[in-house]
Amino acid sequence: MTPAPLGQLLGALRARLDAVRGVVGNRQVTDGGTVQRTTSDLRFVAGLALGLYVLFLVLSLLGGFQSAEAVTSRLQSVTLLALVYVMLTLALNLQWGYAGLLNLGVAGFAAVGVYTMALLSLPADGLGLGLPLPVGILGGFLAATLLGALAALPAIRLRADYLAIVTLAFSEIIRLLIRSQPASEFTIAGQRLGTGGTDSLDLPPNPVKSLLYENPDQGAFVAVENPTVIGDRLFTAGEAVGFGPSLVERVVYAVLMLAVALLFYWLLVRVGNSPFGRVLKAIREDELVASSLGKDTRRFKIIAFAVGCGLMALTGMLWQMEGGGSTAPTTFEPELTFFVFVALILGGSGSNTGSVVGGIVFVAVLLEAPSFIQRIVDTQFGVPSAPETLFDAFTGVDPFLGYFLSDTNISALRFIVLGAVLVYLMHNRPEGIFGGRTEIASPIDLSDRSGTEGDES
Amino acid sequence: MSDSRQVGADPDGQADAESNTDETGNRRTAGETILAAEGLRKSFGGITAVDGVEFEVERGTITGLIGPNGAGKSTTFNLLTGVHTPDSGRVRFDGTDITGWQPDRIARQGLVRSFQIARELEDMTVMENVMLAPPDQFGEGFWASVLPGFRGRVARQEAELRERAWETLAFFELDDLANERAGSLSGGQRKLLEMARVLMTDPEMILLDEPMAGVNPTLEEKLLDRLHELQERGYTFLLVEHDMDVVMNHCDPIVVLHQGQVLAEGGPQLVRNDERVLEAYLGGTVES
Amino acid sequence: MSTREESGGVLSSVELNPLAVVLGSLAVLLFADLGRRLVTGKLPVSTLATFLWEGVVFGMAIGLAGIGLAMTYSILQFANFAHGDYITAGAFTGWLAAFVVAGLGSFGLSGLVLVSDTVPTGELGINVFATPLAVLVGLAVASASSAGLALALDRVVFKPMRGARGISLLIASVGVALALRHALIVLFTGSTRSLTTDVPGQTVAIGDGSVTVGAHEVTLVVVAGALMLSTHLLLRYTKLGTAMRAMADNEDLALVTGIPTERVVRTTWLVGGALTGAAGFLIALESGSMDPTFGWDLLLLVFSAVILGGIGSVYGAIVGGIIIGITRNLSLVWLPSELVLVGAFGVLIFMLLVRPQGLVGGVKTV
Repeated sequence: MTPAPLGQLLGALRARLDAVRGVVGNRQVTDGGTVQRTTSDLRFVAGLALGLYVLFLVLSLLGGFQSAEAVTSRLQSVTLLALVYVMLTLALNLQWGYAGLLNLGVAGFAAVGVYTMALLSLPADGLGLGLPLPVGILGGFLAATLLGALAALPAIRLRADYLAIVTLAFSEIIRLLIRSQPASEFTIAGQRLGTGGTDSLDLPPNPVKSLLYENPDQGAFVAVENPTVIGDRLFTAGEAVGFGPSLVERVVYAVLMLAVALLFYWLLVRVGNSPFGRVLKAIREDELVASSLGKDTRRFKIIAFAVGCGLMALTGMLWQMEGGGSTAPTTFEPELTFFVFVALILGGSGSNTGSVVGGIVFVAVLLEAPSFIQRIVDTQFGVPSAPETLFDAFTGVDPFLGYFLSDTNISALRFIVLGAVLVYLMHNRPEGIFGGRTEIASPIDLSDRSGTEGDES
Repeated sequence: MSDSRQVGADPDGQADAESNTDETGNRRTAGETILAAEGLRKSFGGITAVDGVEFEVERGTITGLIGPNGAGKSTTFNLLTGVHTPDSGRVRFDGTDITGWQPDRIARQGLVRSFQIARELEDMTVMENVMLAPPDQFGEGFWASVLPGFRGRVARQEAELRERAWETLAFFELDDLANERAGSLSGGQRKLLEMARVLMTDPEMILLDEPMAGVNPTLEEKLLDRLHELQERGYTFLLVEHDMDVVMNHCDPIVVLHQGQVLAEGGPQLVRNDERVLEAYLGGTVES
Repeated sequence: MSTREESGGVLSSVELNPLAVVLGSLAVLLFADLGRRLVTGKLPVSTLATFLWEGVVFGMAIGLAGIGLAMTYSILQFANFAHGDYITAGAFTGWLAAFVVAGLGSFGLSGLVLVSDTVPTGELGINVFATPLAVLVGLAVASASSAGLALALDRVVFKPMRGARGISLLIASVGVALALRHALIVLFTGSTRSLTTDVPGQTVAIGDGSVTVGAHEVTLVVVAGALMLSTHLLLRYTKLGTAMRAMADNEDLALVTGIPTERVVRTTWLVGGALTGAAGFLIALESGSMDPTFGWDLLLLVFSAVILGGIGSVYGAIVGGIIIGITRNLSLVWLPSELVLVGAFGVLIFMLLVRPQGLVGGVKTV
């Protein structure tokens, strides 16, 4: 994608947004208050999601997906990934958008959550302690929160670029430790524990499996034979529309994720609309002003950073437990962090609704659309075989275009586009789609003057 | 803005440094010392910016701090407000030794500053800027800000603060601009906003760093009226100012800095007639 | 934040004390353990010597690569996350040139330039003895192309953002890094290329064994050393070098005194880029293979070196590079090889937290 269509896309989104919110240019005409703004924002997001579903439905059909099951399966994975990015972006927005803390360790903090949860909740005869899953999830959340606070404690007084390097190095240390031989399997007090090293690690069965199956830990084939009452109902309903049990499970999981994502949004909107969020905004704009007005800026920054890390961990856990439910160190490479950053900057850092929109648009347009297009070109025009190298593409009998449509190159091209988008945004629209609008940080309508007698002096 | 300040007992009972200023004949009530700089020294990379600055500010005064460029005004200011830590010397505020404290702790103690170039939080509205300032806001706790049970109390406090904020904005005639982005204000309006913000912190004493710089004469008049009005309510001010007219007509006493040291101290009359002051100004860059 | 930095000079001496004690005792312990291992024969002297030599070699490469990063950090005031990919890009173009010089005649030009799988690059017989010209041309092309790339990207990406906050530039450089790295993957595929054929190394007997000193290792050390020296001469004795140092110290001052800053900025990219490309070529020469992500993988180590030496200091970057190199290899005594990077990153984090002004401390001279 070249910058021009992207600009059009952003412009169109912006125009739609302005129409929804009754905003002209940068200036707000009316302040409808928090509740109305949130409602209209959610309506906008829902509209955006609906539009994208229609688009992807068309793309799937063009791409030769035949059955409803196949289409739904594909849309489910797009949805899930979008929700994951929405949640990660929201968490990062608390740190970077609100408090101005440049955390390049998103992947690392998510990994801490996932692997802590695994260590706590994998069966005791496996590599874990055999504790119940809720304990594991809570443990993962707390571990990342504490580690975030611990990292923030000395690091927040650093310049933003130092903090970026520290967190990136931290994230790499986490990843390297997880995949190292000593960590892959070790014994503490007679208890065998481990991360699985470079191999993928099977995680405890997710809550949806427990909801649907009587014996969720017995493997998919056995478990399916023994559904719970709820599971039985849902599977029957799924059968009616031609969905197998595994797809039913995944759809239910996506609904669960949607609920958690809404919870994140609710939580962070509340943070943003509170005096706490007001101080964070002030710190981001000018920390010296905040501190000279008597705000203990360190406390605010540490809390924002730690909570953000905890939310990243929570997202990581819910993400990796989905479907087959296994994780691997390769998931948590720095690329993940950069992706989340692009999503946040695209949506508009400092705005929670912007984070949601950024996450969705990023996954839909930049992560998922290319493979749909690749498929369409494949089925509609039939590229027989992709040349292996650029040399073959120039000289061989295989079509030139095919080279760029191979899996690896689609993925690489995606990164090139991503990089260009990031530079384009920093040049032309550093405030993102939703940035630059006024989201008043207060739980009440500050423009209300009814409490003051003798208005308009 | 209902509270009228009352003068408490002076815990330190400092009276010695007064004698040289009484003979000026200017209006001078012997009040208690609220702020004291004691032998402040600070150097940056071998250059001594402040070299043993020593003066006191009496409660209820508008004290002026002047001096030619490079006299050490800004550094002194930063030492008083905790932006820099002095190499030696002490800062006492209201009987408490605040040397080396962080700026936020000093502000919470009641000594609040403004900035030379008004530092508005541009992307926040005028109202948000003002609402940020009040101390001890319940909703500044993370849990209080999110958990449903606490939200009601936060909203109630916000409503109270909002009322005060409207009053303060009205006092500075900024109420019509309350919902504008602070970044869209004019230079003079920013100065007013900064004053409003400082007042919302419930300060004992206010340090103003060149409050009149870049302010047009009409607005300057207004700002000075407000200043005196606030002085009558019991606030204490320390003004760093370039404009000689402002200093001579509105500040008493005046502390003159030169080459990192206090050169003269006293009422306007005394300072105006002090030869060393004249020399310092003529020898250096002439201000005003 | 600025408040802490400015008072850092006063506080650091106080703050550092307990940490210095801990650090010092840790260092003493490690050295004692090293001595014990040597005496008991657990660690042969020759093994230690090999670790040290390889550490120096790696450190010279990191130091050379770090100069460019330190220059842009001090003059343009931002952490360039694309620097690692400048290393890779230089190495790739340089090696293409080396392939052409060494392979033209036996293979077609297009096959050599586009690195077709049909051309077994590892079997072109490139090494400093057999094909000195190919190596020399490769080095020159690597330098030139990295410099050109750095200048072009400055023109397109960074120049329009001149004066923007360091963080905005940092984010833009992340974008450049992503795009550049994957452009290389599209052009050359993601696979690892072998580059050289082995050269006989010189074995030096030490203690109960010997240390092998490879010809390519020596090449790297000598060329890197020469380039560092030239950089020093350039900064010290040319007008442009003086201007660069002035601008690193204070951009405003430089603007006032009339040093043409755009020209200084361009020179910074030019010199920094050239050194970076050379570093990339030499690192690939020494290791005998390369892939499109090797520069990115080195980036955090280069950052470590630059930070260790004190951000913005060219000499600091060199010293920091050598320390990082030796630390990395010496830690093999205690750590399994896969955790060596963890140690190096740990040093990086520790340095930034405890002494962000670097070992040299506060001296911000290019």
